[in-house]
Amino acid sequence: MTISQVSFGSHEPVLEVKDLTVKYVGDTRSTTAVDRVSFSIGTGEIFGLAGESGCGKSTIANSIMRLLKDPAKIAGGSIRFGGKDVLGMGPEELRRFRWQDVAMVFQSAMNSLNPVLTVGEQITDIYTTHAGYSRKESLRRAAELLELVRIDPVRLKSYPHQLSGGMRQRAVIAMAVALKPSLLILDEPTTALDVVVQQEIMAQIKELQHELGFSVLFITHDMSLMVELSHRMAVMYGGRIVETAKAADIHTAPQHPYTQALMGAFPPLTGPRVPLTGLADGVKFRNIPDLAEASPGHFVAPFGATAVAAGGSGALEAGTLEGATR
Amino acid sequence: MSSTVLGAAAPTAGTGQPALEIRGLSKTFPIGGLLSRKSVRALHQVDLSLGRGEIVALVGESGSGKSTLARCVARLEKPSSGEILLDGVDVLKRDRFQASRAYRSQLQMVFQDPFGSLNPAHRIEHFLRRSLAIHGKAGSAAATQRRLEELMATVGLQPDMLNSYPHELSGGQRQRVAIARALAVEPQVILADEPTSMLDVSVRIGILNLMRKLRDEQGISMLYITHDLASARYLADRTAVMFAGELVEEGESLDLLANPAHPYTQLLVSAVPDPARSGSYDPVRRAELRAAVMSPASCAFDGDPEQPCSAEQPVRHRVGSPDNRHWVRCHLYRPAAGSAGHALVESKVS
Repeated sequence: MTISQVSFGSHEPVLEVKDLTVKYVGDTRSTTAVDRVSFSIGTGEIFGLAGESGCGKSTIANSIMRLLKDPAKIAGGSIRFGGKDVLGMGPEELRRFRWQDVAMVFQSAMNSLNPVLTVGEQITDIYTTHAGYSRKESLRRAAELLELVRIDPVRLKSYPHQLSGGMRQRAVIAMAVALKPSLLILDEPTTALDVVVQQEIMAQIKELQHELGFSVLFITHDMSLMVELSHRMAVMYGGRIVETAKAADIHTAPQHPYTQALMGAFPPLTGPRVPLTGLADGVKFRNIPDLAEASPGHFVAPFGATAVAAGGSGALEAGTLEGATR
Repeated sequence: MSSTVLGAAAPTAGTGQPALEIRGLSKTFPIGGLLSRKSVRALHQVDLSLGRGEIVALVGESGSGKSTLARCVARLEKPSSGEILLDGVDVLKRDRFQASRAYRSQLQMVFQDPFGSLNPAHRIEHFLRRSLAIHGKAGSAAATQRRLEELMATVGLQPDMLNSYPHELSGGQRQRVAIARALAVEPQVILADEPTSMLDVSVRIGILNLMRKLRDEQGISMLYITHDLASARYLADRTAVMFAGELVEEGESLDLLANPAHPYTQLLVSAVPDPARSGSYDPVRRAELRAAVMSPASCAFDGDPEQPCSAEQPVRHRVGSPDNRHWVRCHLYRPAAGSAGHALVESKVS
């Protein structure tokens, strides 16, 4: 079984990323931001991509949307969406692909609404421009769309600054699914929000996903949130995927030391208070090898002597994990 | 990973004279023009004490007033009324207009942004040396050098990093430098305002562990301000919950988060993602809690003093057994049948 065959459900994958490599090319040197990354997302599957700032997860999202700008260059690999080659699309094809096939919600999306247009004007704009509906029909659909995310349609007449942060974020998510895309990319959709609002947004996304059946690529550094929402997930480090499996498996038995450190970074809210260890400052993994199957559907990049067989503990020496005990 | 259970505070914590005590602290900010009489109430009658060697977490969402409290205690903001007692001395009376050097040498701060709090033009050594010099802790050249290396070792950094510039360090390392700078002064109290929220997640726990170690080894008291309930539970002996400028609930961290009594605390706890209790999201219960917290008619703590749920200020109810330090202020609170006899009502905790 290869990695791209492991997907949720029996359907053909909606998105297939294979050996994607992205480089930031400078005058004197270049950096590899994404290094031979492969994954696939099945129909109706929620796939999580976890990792910290600089690990390349947003670069992957931008590659899928073809939003990379100089100096970023796709140096190798392929991205296929429903059988179409995304990297080979022309401008007109790309215009249809974005929003209708794949929509994206950015990290600070709630601040991306145009402050001088009402919410209604911005939503109807989607329908008149992309779907060719009349103004009246567009307005009717815009009201429906707001109701879908539990915002009172009278808010169509509101300007963005008259809505709370959570409401604006919900409005943006509603706009993203307006054209019924088959894949929704969420890049840290709740990072700027308070925890109560965050949970409501996540519940909203789950509900929409259930109702409309789209697939989701969910990007965040918050492992607890990701495990709750995703079916399957991958953990990225330094442009490489170090581990991928069902979210529940990663939660119960993370194998790569980096995954363990990420999981350990979120103290639980229940149970006894036990000491946790994060990744010590300055610990770095280099030359991460290709993934190997540790157990069915659970792929881990091998990481040294005590590797997978030993249950994945002890790859980092105790001495490098400062503050392990009181 | 060791399976030891982290203990609570040192035995003396919370007893005797508190290291820091805040009494009836209020702060209002004027809004509108010069002649406007309107004001917004950022803090209202906040009482909070911090025992010696105790870590207290102050949690709440953005806008709850926790940062205003931090700024008042740090003396960056002048409170409208109230007292701040450090070692039993009212510092607002002693140093009327700004914090004195004596105050700063007892109470130090660690800020949220380690990228902004270290001047990029100086080497790490400079920050620590300056801290020592200003507060008169510098000795002979050799002694100072020894002290610098000792400080670096305490916060888990290599001594050769003294010659580095801030841009050469990671976020976690910079925050360690900021902590070392605070330690150089040998303070009794450290005020940490969201010290981990701008760091990469994998190094956050390391900073929390360091704070715990400093408390355990040096007996420093800490006020840890955060929006992250899970980290409050991990680090703090006691947790206080702030909502709309008031403290609404306080207790031992484990007890408070296991048995939250105020609707707002319940709302916060229920919103924390925790895969261990997956599927815990209940939209109906959520709507009820939200209504209890947000509707002006049902709660005094919605920040609208015009329409409280009762004309009277809610009193503090003790939650659980009488020797529990867990209390809540809410008109809606009804003690459980079994403990009804213990639900002693205090008009005001002095």
